[in-house]
Amino acid sequence: MEIIYLLFIVLLAAFLGFELIRKVPATLHTPLMSGSNAISGITLVGALAASGSDNNLLTTILGTAAVALASINVVGGYLVTDRMLGMFKKKQK
Amino acid sequence: MNDIVTVINLAYVVAAALFILGLKLLSHPDTAKKGNFISAIGMLVAVVVTLLDQQIISYHFILLGFVIGGAFGAWKAKTVEMTAMPEMVSLFNGFGGAASLLLGWATLAGMSLITLKTESAFTFITLFFTILVGGVTFSGSVVAWGKLSGKMSSKAVIFTGLRELSVLHLIGMVVIGYFFTTDPSNPVWIYCAIALSLSFGLWATISIGGADMPVVIALLNSYSGVAACAAGLATGNTILIVTGLLVGASGLILTNIMCKAMNRSLMNVLLSGFAKPVEAGEKIEGEIKVLSAQDAFYVLEAAQAVLVVPGYGMAVAQAQHAVRELQSLLEENGCTVDYAIHAVAGRMPGHMNVLLAEADVPYDQLYEMDDVNPRMENYDVVIVIGANDVVNPAAKEMKGSPIYGMPVIEAYRAKTVFVLKRSANAGFAGVDNPLFFKDNTRMVLGDAKDTINSIIREFGDD
Repeated sequence: MEIIYLLFIVLLAAFLGFELIRKVPATLHTPLMSGSNAISGITLVGALAASGSDNNLLTTILGTAAVALASINVVGGYLVTDRMLGMFKKKQK
Repeated sequence: MNDIVTVINLAYVVAAALFILGLKLLSHPDTAKKGNFISAIGMLVAVVVTLLDQQIISYHFILLGFVIGGAFGAWKAKTVEMTAMPEMVSLFNGFGGAASLLLGWATLAGMSLITLKTESAFTFITLFFTILVGGVTFSGSVVAWGKLSGKMSSKAVIFTGLRELSVLHLIGMVVIGYFFTTDPSNPVWIYCAIALSLSFGLWATISIGGADMPVVIALLNSYSGVAACAAGLATGNTILIVTGLLVGASGLILTNIMCKAMNRSLMNVLLSGFAKPVEAGEKIEGEIKVLSAQDAFYVLEAAQAVLVVPGYGMAVAQAQHAVRELQSLLEENGCTVDYAIHAVAGRMPGHMNVLLAEADVPYDQLYEMDDVNPRMENYDVVIVIGANDVVNPAAKEMKGSPIYGMPVIEAYRAKTVFVLKRSANAGFAGVDNPLFFKDNTRMVLGDAKDTINSIIREFGDD
């Protein structure tokens, strides 16, 4: 039964994603991509458990590497998106 | 379910809501910065609450990984040039894919022998899928990064047997997938899967040319999200599923927009390495008329409406600030200045918009192709800076042209067209451009930045 719940989440999230992103104007497509780089760093959440639990050495090493890579995306992605979006200005009237 | 697990899951719901709200606010330049901030809060909530998990007993390695990754990410974000954004996004796509691959692998390596026996096939199939998609994303992105940053040739690498090689990879994945799900305790299968996925990503990307990079980056962006989603399915983590899919959908929409802008199907782009090169069609007749920067100034001084069409060449020449200066001078002179940006101008979606924003060009002066084409006759001068294929009339006129059917900015319908170009050679796609031979076209040869600066100096002397 749990698999069915997960698939329901997949279906709804996919539709929601399409509806949300369709409205992003072309001018913001680069920040959208760097922003989604940051969001895809959500793997960090999964990697935390692998890196910090009482497991064998291999799991800890792999988990820590995953934490490092995902942190690059989270920190770098949000900062560069913020830097970029700060450049978009309206015409001064 | 104990209390802490409930709290964690509730916090994930909040985080998901913040991500969704953040993306919603991203739909307008005025609110986008706030949206990015809200999305970052969502990430903070998700990460902090995960640390409460009772499974986590040691924080040393987490801290180590986070400090190393975070410092590198912050340094990259602060120092990257806006012209180099395509490389950076590619690289980050790759890191996202690699993180998912490692997470999938770590999850498997952390399973006890009993778990390996009792866990459902669904878990192993999704784990396998995580590792495949993560690996393809990683190696594909590294190749894309190499091509974009000039560390390797941006030309498509094509050789006979490439199609067979790819088909072999796909068959190999299915076979290994079967062995892995039936015998997950044997680590050999996982090594095979990692090797196969890395190799597939390499061959699939290396055969795609530089001009198709916007499609490839958008697609790899999507893959990095799909990999995170698959990891979420494998570990039963709902926030990974939802967020991964948001990214997956985003990348897929951008991929679709890019393909439409080139009038090609995704399959056509991905398999372009397998196609035979198109024979050069009809020869273009005519003469190229060259104009000096000084004469260009006289025309611009008299112009009432100017349209600027930037392309990748503007990024290479770093000419965006000079363009902005020229814009101010023209506006002081009573002339209106608009910008027309083709969806595939540059090396990633929205690349030109960011460069112009960096140079302080207001975003409400940037127009899409469909906005400017109907009123093209009203422009006295169209300045094409480092763009070629996106203004190529061959897309409309020459049936034999490889870009025939692609929607283009119809610059040739304006009164005068200035093409700023290093030399009169064919563009990135290697396609001849009849625009250069039109009666109303003038070529201003030389480095785009130098040319614009010369025109700016003429304004000063005036």
